[in-house]
Amino acid sequence: MSAVQSDIKTARKVRRKPSFLKENGPALVFLAPFTLFFFVFTILPILTSIFFSFTYFNMLEPPRLIGFTNYIRMFFDDDVFLIALKNTLIFAFITGPLGYTLSFLFAWLINEFRRGVRSLLTLIFYSPVLAGNVYFIWVFMFSGDAYGLINSTLIKLSLIKEPIQWLTDPKYNFTVVTLVILWLSMGAGFLAFVAGLQSLDRSLFEAGTIDGIKNRFQELWYITLPQMGPQLLFGAVMSIAGAFAVGYESMSITGFPSTDYSTHTLVLHILDFGNMRFEMGYASAVAVFLFALMLLAWWIVSKTLSKLTD
Amino acid sequence: MIHSAETPALGRKKHFGRYKKPSLSRSKGGTIAIFIFLIMVSVFMVMPMVYTIVQSLKPINEIFLYPPRFFVQQPTLDNFTMMIQLVQDMWVPFERYLFNSLFVAIVGTGLYIVVASMAAYPLSKLKFRYAALYYQIIVWAILFRPEVTRIPQYVIIAKLGLINTYLSIILPVLATSFGVFLMRQFMITVPDEIIEAAKIDGVGHFTMFTRIIMPMVKPAWLTLIIFTFQQLWNTTGGQYIYDETVKMLPTVLQQISSGGIARSGAGAAVALILMIPPITVFIISQSSVMETMAQSGIK
Repeated sequence: MSAVQSDIKTARKVRRKPSFLKENGPALVFLAPFTLFFFVFTILPILTSIFFSFTYFNMLEPPRLIGFTNYIRMFFDDDVFLIALKNTLIFAFITGPLGYTLSFLFAWLINEFRRGVRSLLTLIFYSPVLAGNVYFIWVFMFSGDAYGLINSTLIKLSLIKEPIQWLTDPKYNFTVVTLVILWLSMGAGFLAFVAGLQSLDRSLFEAGTIDGIKNRFQELWYITLPQMGPQLLFGAVMSIAGAFAVGYESMSITGFPSTDYSTHTLVLHILDFGNMRFEMGYASAVAVFLFALMLLAWWIVSKTLSKLTD
Repeated sequence: MIHSAETPALGRKKHFGRYKKPSLSRSKGGTIAIFIFLIMVSVFMVMPMVYTIVQSLKPINEIFLYPPRFFVQQPTLDNFTMMIQLVQDMWVPFERYLFNSLFVAIVGTGLYIVVASMAAYPLSKLKFRYAALYYQIIVWAILFRPEVTRIPQYVIIAKLGLINTYLSIILPVLATSFGVFLMRQFMITVPDEIIEAAKIDGVGHFTMFTRIIMPMVKPAWLTLIIFTFQQLWNTTGGQYIYDETVKMLPTVLQQISSGGIARSGAGAAVALILMIPPITVFIISQSSVMETMAQSGIK
């Protein structure tokens, strides 16, 4: 009895070995080039950074293991970190969902038009991202003196008497930065939506009209959205990656550091410690923490989306 | 076998039919309202681009005009001629920098489309062990901030002896998982019936990938071309490239425009000129994205 069983076991083992390669062979061949680059230039650096987060590393001496000290320091010995965390969460909760919804909304609306109009509108909406570093227009518009475009207009209309310090007053600069981020949110997700709307199954729309779809909103809800699942998921990841990484925008508009750290974020905190103070260990710990936040957001969003599009 | 002779024609008829005779689900008033709304938002979106153009045409006295004005009073091409002069005075010919940037952007983009699409095919359409885990890792890698991985990445590139080479700029881009994720999400929408039918016809993996999957996800890789080209074109390569002859155009032009207050108009001119190649690529790719819609009758 047991001899037979062991025979069966060895027979299975013998059969399984070649079948692994046979089953996974083609997949491995297709994956090989990317995996090589991905491992060497992305995964290895990420693992190294995670290791650094448990060390004291000033980039001159070799890193020294210090356990969880960096992580404890974030919460108990770094007030600016807590401000940055608070700001990052507020930015993420406002600009993430709003930017995501807007980029889908605009992609969908643009898709209602003829090809030429559609190409032009796509170019216009993508142009802020395409143009790159054109923050200076916003600095010019929201300039704090009486000649800034918005201040001078408001004074002319006698809505205000004194110029408002849009960029330095903590009362206003957060809103200005939010506005600019939304303006920049028609990026990768937006273009993926535009491309996704091009790849939908046309016949379903005709079938829908026959089945009594009355207006474009019903069509959106019952036909378009259920087909867009993969693109919506892609857009969501891009939104999370962008919304939690606010920082460069605020640095260009409100300066660094901003007044009372009013628009300071985790990414700026990482830059501050990594690039200026040469505390790579601590910067890495903040980065790992930010990564954990984004993973949490990704987990929640992917669960919600899978319910919506199923 | 899949793109039969009639399907494109059929698809085109359907496409134009939809716009010439709006179906029941399209009200004319609604379309007009949407159009007006989009035009209003467009003004907001396009303004900085317009401002860059305006700024590059301003003579020096207008740039420092106080109070500042949005529009230019006496447009001039001084900023562009000054930039050309500065460029001609450089030690390395300008064409060399232009070649460096174009070479890196074009070759890098081409390689990335191939590498990323190849990886996306098994991740979306083949079954293999740990496929789900690999997919998750690809998403996670997008979420990790690059600010802290730059140092280890630099060490790896230096150890491989790639400093001062084009590869130091191309390889880190080939290693990003963003494009793989994008391609995977589009490939997953390709109906399994088509793949099964092709398999029965005896189509191998290579042909399946190049002849069936890739044509069907054309909008995806055309979009990926836009992102990758833009990213590579804007790379300054500052940390990896010290040799003057392999420097990239953005680095050099930024050096020029940061050369003092008198050159700040040239800064806008530089920004404008640097925008031309990505915009060209965008227009070509995007109009092809729109084109594919008219032709893909099958989907």
